[in-house]
Amino acid sequence: MSRPYAKLPPIVDYGLIPLLNVLLAFAVAGIVVAIVGESPVEAATLMLRGAFGYGEGIGFTLYYATNFILTGLAVAVAFHAGLFNIGGEGQAYLGGLGVAIVALSLGDVAPWWVTLPVAVVSAAAFGALWAFLPAILQARRGAHIVITTIMFNFIAASLMNYLLVGPLKLEGSMQPATRTFAEGGQAPKLGSLFEALGLDLGGAPLNVTFFVALLAAVGVWVLIWRTRLGYELRTLGHSPRAARYAGMNEVRLIVVAMAISGALAGMMALNPVMGDQARLQIDFPEGAGFVGIAVALMGRGHPAGIIPAALLFGVLYQGGAELAFDMPGISRDMIVIIQGLVILFAGAMENMIRPGVGAFYHRIALRPAALPAARETP
Amino acid sequence: MDLSMAINIADSAIRLSTPLLFAALAGLYSERAGIFDIGLEGKMLISAFFSAVGASITGSAVLGLGCGILAAVFFSLVHGLASITYRGNQIVSGVALNFVAAGLTVLLGQNWYGQGGRTPALTGAERFGDVTLPGASALGEVLFVGPILRDLVSGQNVLVYVAFLMVPVTWFVLFRTRFGLRMRAVGENPAAVDTAGISVAWLRYRAVIICGVLTGFAGTYLALAQSAGFNRDMSAGKGYIALAALIFAKWRPVPLMGACLLFGFLDTVSIRIQGVQLPFVGTVSVQFVQALPYILTVVLLAGFVGKAVPPKAGGVPYVKER
Repeated sequence: MSRPYAKLPPIVDYGLIPLLNVLLAFAVAGIVVAIVGESPVEAATLMLRGAFGYGEGIGFTLYYATNFILTGLAVAVAFHAGLFNIGGEGQAYLGGLGVAIVALSLGDVAPWWVTLPVAVVSAAAFGALWAFLPAILQARRGAHIVITTIMFNFIAASLMNYLLVGPLKLEGSMQPATRTFAEGGQAPKLGSLFEALGLDLGGAPLNVTFFVALLAAVGVWVLIWRTRLGYELRTLGHSPRAARYAGMNEVRLIVVAMAISGALAGMMALNPVMGDQARLQIDFPEGAGFVGIAVALMGRGHPAGIIPAALLFGVLYQGGAELAFDMPGISRDMIVIIQGLVILFAGAMENMIRPGVGAFYHRIALRPAALPAARETP
Repeated sequence: MDLSMAINIADSAIRLSTPLLFAALAGLYSERAGIFDIGLEGKMLISAFFSAVGASITGSAVLGLGCGILAAVFFSLVHGLASITYRGNQIVSGVALNFVAAGLTVLLGQNWYGQGGRTPALTGAERFGDVTLPGASALGEVLFVGPILRDLVSGQNVLVYVAFLMVPVTWFVLFRTRFGLRMRAVGENPAAVDTAGISVAWLRYRAVIICGVLTGFAGTYLALAQSAGFNRDMSAGKGYIALAALIFAKWRPVPLMGACLLFGFLDTVSIRIQGVQLPFVGTVSVQFVQALPYILTVVLLAGFVGKAVPPKAGGVPYVKER
């Protein structure tokens, strides 16, 4: 992502501009709400109350945020290497297959704390595999990664459709889903933990995957900013020519970046498959792979930005569900619109406000230097 | 397989490939001018919705088409603003517009009509009808060629003829006019075009607007010709298939028609193949046939059969100073 305009301090670049972009997205969303004849302020209030107003709401918000932290990190890792991974959805879907295989086979014989780590590895491996193919095609044969990952999303959907309607389907059931996992194949919910803190999560599916996601965020931070590999990835992302000149192995870096990205997206499957539904169902990622794009753009590719951005989308998903329930004029599709607007303003149109903000910043930044001189006169 | 069945399948393939053809031609203009367009899907969807809304309000299919085109051109201009004026990432912008379209159509549809995102059913003059070419029935009795003329060439939807007519028109515009030459040049080497004193931005904006008009036709075909009204998510990935067809045809108009027909044919096959036993292969899974366009595109992109080389300056915003 090139920055053609004047350099700004990090607080403006990573704090103020994304914030203004998101506000802009919400302002346009507010106009849409007003067009359908509802009050934007009331909608926002209802949304926030639905997301934070009571225990179960908070549980759902954090459950959704778990998905988005993982897919957001996935998109971000690829971004740092200059790759745009649109395939998070397909990678998450395949990750679900990895989870299901482990949960179905180990779940009957082992406790969850044995199954979970194996499932994490399996989900990551399946996700990585699904990202590996586009990566190798890009690195070796120059096939544009954006197009191949889009195609792989559709191929993944067809493949899983085939498996869930055919070989994997529970015998005698009409639903395209596997059998329910045994207890050992389910990730424990965090209800009792939060109860100890005095918060009743009700039926919210928040589960231990939440901690897996937080660990992954720390892991990504260490990887990107504290390791040699991370440095090489960022170099490749900033300037492929510099990376080549420095003797870095471009093919290896592209493949590794995409594999890590795919692994993170694949791990997202743990949350709904092992943590919530306890079986593999058709279409379970429900667009989380795409939300990851918005989350990564909003969070500027940094875990410290991605976690709050994921939380915001968690609020949107949970609050949006409540909103659709309380406000007949607005359906859950409002979330999709907001998501699109966030991607548009935070990702594609960021140069719209950057020059203005930059000029404004330089005007006020110059003033403190002029002030002491003025003070000396009296 | 007898002649009437072959005609039947070919007829269905043509009908299913028409929206792909419109959308792929739209993408052709945009991408030849150096603006990648992942947002074909969203533009098709938004134009399908607004054409249906327009037709149901005005009672006229042509006015519906106008509404559909306006909506798609508006989306195109947003894409142009982001990727030409503000030099944003074209892929990100396209993805964003797809989301906005998917959400907006259902939200507005639900809010205005309360039928789960659908628009009211359209009838009569609110839809585009089929056209019987003059002399088709008279020639229909001629052996072999007759039935093809009567049932395949004649009797298609008006918009089908428009779509296939657009192929030679596009070829002519791109390769035989000054505008086309400049447009292709701006997709390959914008700096050269700029040096010649021609506005890169204005050329690209025009390409993007043409793209909007054609996706407007694509969406309108879905809502006012193929179906009787708008259904939620009715573009169902056709925008991406059109993109695949564009790559498959290596950004050339005539092969593009072939690719669209092939993908339309695969679509027809996937509908008919369910449970059918084929010699040597046994039952082919529907999902596999549905995935074939995507698989073929990946194989082509990887250069295993030929090589798809996109316009050189595609996806790169033009900055004068560099």
